[in-house]
Amino acid sequence: MISAAVLRGIGTLTRTRAAFTAPLAVRCYSHAKVETDEEFDSRWVTYFSKPDLDAWELRKGMNTLIGYDLVPEPKILDSALRACRRLDDLASAIRILEAIKDKSGPHKEIYPYVIQELGPTLQELGISTPEELGIDKV
Amino acid sequence: MVVSNVYLHSLSQFKIPTKANTSHYLSLSFLSPPTPVFSWKAMLHLTAGRVAGLLSRRGVAAFSSSGVKMASHGHGGVTEQTDMSVPLYWDRLDTPLPDRPYKDTLSAADKSLKQKEKGPWNSLSKEEKLALYRIMFNETYAEMKKPTGEWKTVFGGIFFFIGFTGLVVLWQRYYVYPPHPPTLDDEWQAMQVKRMLDMRVNPVEGFSAKWDYEKGQWK
Repeated sequence: MISAAVLRGIGTLTRTRAAFTAPLAVRCYSHAKVETDEEFDSRWVTYFSKPDLDAWELRKGMNTLIGYDLVPEPKILDSALRACRRLDDLASAIRILEAIKDKSGPHKEIYPYVIQELGPTLQELGISTPEELGIDKV
Repeated sequence: MVVSNVYLHSLSQFKIPTKANTSHYLSLSFLSPPTPVFSWKAMLHLTAGRVAGLLSRRGVAAFSSSGVKMASHGHGGVTEQTDMSVPLYWDRLDTPLPDRPYKDTLSAADKSLKQKEKGPWNSLSKEEKLALYRIMFNETYAEMKKPTGEWKTVFGGIFFFIGFTGLVVLWQRYYVYPPHPPTLDDEWQAMQVKRMLDMRVNPVEGFSAKWDYEKGQWK
């Protein structure tokens, strides 16, 4: 019956409560080492910097990166754009920029910042931004 | 990020042998919950594949890319269903680089453009860059995200069916309901009230108690 189960549940709660009121400093968090932002960034920069990166790995890396709950740092994107250049793939480079704009979501200031930081690279490699090509509007 | 270093380290060293061969990467992204980009056409292609398998080869459904056409009279068992064993193209916001380029077969002009792409990109004109983009991809992000106006269909449908229901109820009123009971008419009700008062229904605190018998009116 429902009431009996609830009462039993409350009983277990009160019984084990003593253990939880033990020293507050001891939390049940995992002891795994958390990667810092810099480590994350450098790992991804290294990934895209591989000289013989192939198209599959570029796609896989990019799709995985976009799957994370973050907007990649310009230096990671710089590495990815250079990988596109090595693979002679301009379209993917432009697509990456579009994806970054989409990833920023409501934070409209991120994309202009990224474009600004990537400015020299875009100039050097000859990558047009989506805005320059007019594909940022329907 | 909680992606293990081992995984990504091995990734950068060599391709991970996936279930489907190393040269094909079968993206399982289509199994995830719907994203903002949801294509009825693509879904229909997938389900058609399964349905066509279940149906006999005679009653075949042929799907054209121009819209959703169900032709139950197929010609000689020719099925057009998406081949799920090869890399597919998807326009998805969360998958910027799909498994294959959009255009598989390139015209001569496209091929020469692809050759030009191997050189410095600064020498490409805007139109050429756009053409290269369109070879690789179908919709731009802006096109993927554009509002569909689906809400108009939804509301239209809602109002239409509410209206239709109204007509059904109206028809019911004239063809289903039994004849109007006379006991609900005002004059009958008046006679009923008079009878109740004459009978002294609830004279202490209820009905007749509210009637002033001297003055002949409600208190």
